[in-house]
Amino acid sequence: MVASARTAEADVSRRGFLRVSFAAASGLLVSLYLQPSPARIALGQEAAQGPPQPPKVFPPDAFVNIRPDGKIVIQVNRLEFGQGVHTGLPLVLADELDADWKNVVAELAPAADVYKDPLFGIQMVGGSGSIAHSFQQYRELGAKTRAMLVAAAADRWKTTPDKCRTEAGVVHGPSGQSATYAELASEAARKPVPVSVRLKSPAEFKLIGKRVKRIDSPAKCDGSLKFGLDLDVPGMKVAVVAHPPVFGARVKSVNDAEARRVEGVRDVFEIPLAKGSGVAVVADKFWPAKQARNLLKIEWDLAGVEAADTNELWIRYRELGRTPGTVAVSQGDASAIDKKATSDGIMAEYEFPYLAHSPMEPLNTTVRFDGDRAEVWAGSQFQTVDQMAVGEVLGLKPEQVTFHTEMAGGGFGRRAVADSHVQREAATIAKRLRGTPVKLVWTREDDVQGGYYRPMHLHRVEIAIGPDGMPAAWRHVIVGQSITADTPFASFTTKNGVDSTMTEGTADTEYAIPNFQVSVHHTKVNVPVLWWRSVGHTHSAFVMETLMDELALRARMDPFAYRRKLLKPDAKKTRRALDLLDQTTAAWRSKLPHGHALGVSCHQSFGTAVGCAVDVSIENKRPRIHRATVAVDCGLAVNPLSVESQFQAGLSFGLTQLMAKGAITLKNGRVEQRNFDGYVPPYIIDAPIAVDVHIAPSTEAPTGCGEPPVPVISPAVVNALSRLTGKRYRTLPLVSI
Amino acid sequence: MATYKLNVNGQQREVTVDPSTPLLWVLREDLKMTGTKFGCGISACGACTVHVGGIATRSCIVPVSHVGDRPIVTIEGIGQDAVGRAVQSAWVETDVVQCGYCQSGQIMAAVALLKATSKPTDQNIDESMGGNLCRCGTYPRIREAIKNAAMQLTKGAA
Repeated sequence: MVASARTAEADVSRRGFLRVSFAAASGLLVSLYLQPSPARIALGQEAAQGPPQPPKVFPPDAFVNIRPDGKIVIQVNRLEFGQGVHTGLPLVLADELDADWKNVVAELAPAADVYKDPLFGIQMVGGSGSIAHSFQQYRELGAKTRAMLVAAAADRWKTTPDKCRTEAGVVHGPSGQSATYAELASEAARKPVPVSVRLKSPAEFKLIGKRVKRIDSPAKCDGSLKFGLDLDVPGMKVAVVAHPPVFGARVKSVNDAEARRVEGVRDVFEIPLAKGSGVAVVADKFWPAKQARNLLKIEWDLAGVEAADTNELWIRYRELGRTPGTVAVSQGDASAIDKKATSDGIMAEYEFPYLAHSPMEPLNTTVRFDGDRAEVWAGSQFQTVDQMAVGEVLGLKPEQVTFHTEMAGGGFGRRAVADSHVQREAATIAKRLRGTPVKLVWTREDDVQGGYYRPMHLHRVEIAIGPDGMPAAWRHVIVGQSITADTPFASFTTKNGVDSTMTEGTADTEYAIPNFQVSVHHTKVNVPVLWWRSVGHTHSAFVMETLMDELALRARMDPFAYRRKLLKPDAKKTRRALDLLDQTTAAWRSKLPHGHALGVSCHQSFGTAVGCAVDVSIENKRPRIHRATVAVDCGLAVNPLSVESQFQAGLSFGLTQLMAKGAITLKNGRVEQRNFDGYVPPYIIDAPIAVDVHIAPSTEAPTGCGEPPVPVISPAVVNALSRLTGKRYRTLPLVSI
Repeated sequence: MATYKLNVNGQQREVTVDPSTPLLWVLREDLKMTGTKFGCGISACGACTVHVGGIATRSCIVPVSHVGDRPIVTIEGIGQDAVGRAVQSAWVETDVVQCGYCQSGQIMAAVALLKATSKPTDQNIDESMGGNLCRCGTYPRIREAIKNAAMQLTKGAA
């Protein structure tokens, strides 16, 4: 722990207080402690009330550290796994601080109370909230730190702060004096933290709103950046686990004689899993561990374990879809449909398969257990939850578990798991190895077959069309597993038996439909499910936006005009995105080559409205996306370059569900795909050749951009295909056209 | 166990491992060069791409015993090469990376492409980069960065 020479504390807001300290070795350290948020998620020990306590964490316990060498080290309070927050939040703080951007160093913060999401109340990445929730927090931190540096300079020069100005890490006085932030750090630490501080006006921004390149790029282009899987802790062993072939099955017997003969294997033992049990193999290195696992002869006990089967599930889901479920929303009288002739309507049944996230970096966690404390290294979207889980397995309090956040190679929701099954697995193995650090590695096969998928869903929609071509009545039934059932998150997401993560994008549609009902059937299936980037919107936007296209065609209306007519008057952001899309595509969509078609969609998710238009032809019996244009209203674009990146690339992630082999299926409880040969995500040939992104100018609060790219692309592409072939595509994956 | 002499990024290295050990794991665990990534283990994602004897190779399926005396170049060494340097710099300038995990492999594949084809068409790019998976989906910027690197290299040569 860095010894603090002086400490000053002051209440700065109703939310928390700043703690400032100075240590000669480290410079000025600024932390902001947050009080529990009212919206916090009930997570057992998380319910502690009372005044905020300084967190018991290892150093650095600050958000900002102005070092004597002039470097400004900024702690990022959440995981970086591609979304750009490791650049985005530091640039926000640095702008208000008037720091010199080239001196800014960003670090991923360890698990600690101080780094909890200001809205969610746990340390996490989710809900596209990284910038949306911490923008104000990081601005205030920067502005307050700057104010203290200015106050210190004013004292030094016997003047007042209002006569000083700051630029690029230097305070300038009225008579030409100047001092760097590093020179002022020790004096600034003695100043009281300002209760309130003026934030910059948008005209004063130097970094916010500008196209700022990622600061982690060089290290990701020369192989020097260490991801969790790249960790090499002295004395470390590597573990792999043989998981049951059916979720929840248990080891009946294991013959490990051959496995133990592999040179470098240190131990083989049965371990309990979040569901069922497995066999862990610990070796000096990965390769012997994996070889030994292949040689295990395990007899599994499948008694009492449901053997899920996709084909049987579809039969069950189709039957359920024909009966009304628990009502999520009901306006007017949707039963008006029953009085209409079928020629005046649409009856559509959609099927969406299980999908694996399959981030490029396979799942992994490293743990060392030392009896009275433990150390964890993990690329985690849920530091608070995972830290508690490791503590639980090892009989430690969360504060006895030092939890390092490692850079992660993608995640898309897969590193935000309520049961922390990967961390529990690693901790269970580390417990036995006491004193020896162990890195648990999931192979790609473990990942593809390991569950925690985007759930299977069936949507059944009946629409009665009015004489004006607009939907007069709409009855919508959704069948699928609840992602949050049996987790602490259910109290947050589920009301009156409806998990809103399944109905988002339908029940809260921005289209004005007079007689409208959405109901759900939440099924129980022995397949673990999880949020997959953009969650319910992955399927809801597909259903809504392909139906909009079908309705527009029937009404012989332009897809833009139809949507505009049907959008609610208060759907301002979506309307703005749609208008911007209309303007920015007018030139190219009027001269599409023969054999090409236009596909359009628009959808709001996580507060961000997106319009998407694609130019598609059919090549080798697959859609070829020659061009995609995206129009976005995300409030203030904090880093427009990053927003553009998220949309350009996020479209490809969304295309996963259109791939011919973009599905996880089960037979007799066993997952039928093993690796990227059976479950095939999009490669470069499947992605749009070029994507242009247009951001609606806005001074409104920033909203998320991590997930909103995903929902719009697959309906837009399928709408184009329908125009080319005259067919409707309601069953995913898109096996054939 | 057997001992192998490998030429990695111009340096002679010696390792003693099981002959079946893929080159990927020798690089990562024995030589502690973790820039080359493990993604799938079946040559389906390209994250482990290195150059062996100048050819872009999936190191996850090449047993170390098959490498012989062919020189190996990894992401850690590709910057010593003019094309490698141009590609790395185009990647940074074009702000290609997101999570970054696949990018070592993408860069190694792009360097191999540009060494064979100085002005690649979209079709050349589709073919050469066709086996390199990026779950973030940075493909449009990868395409742009390859073209930017090609332009820089042509300018430099002129």
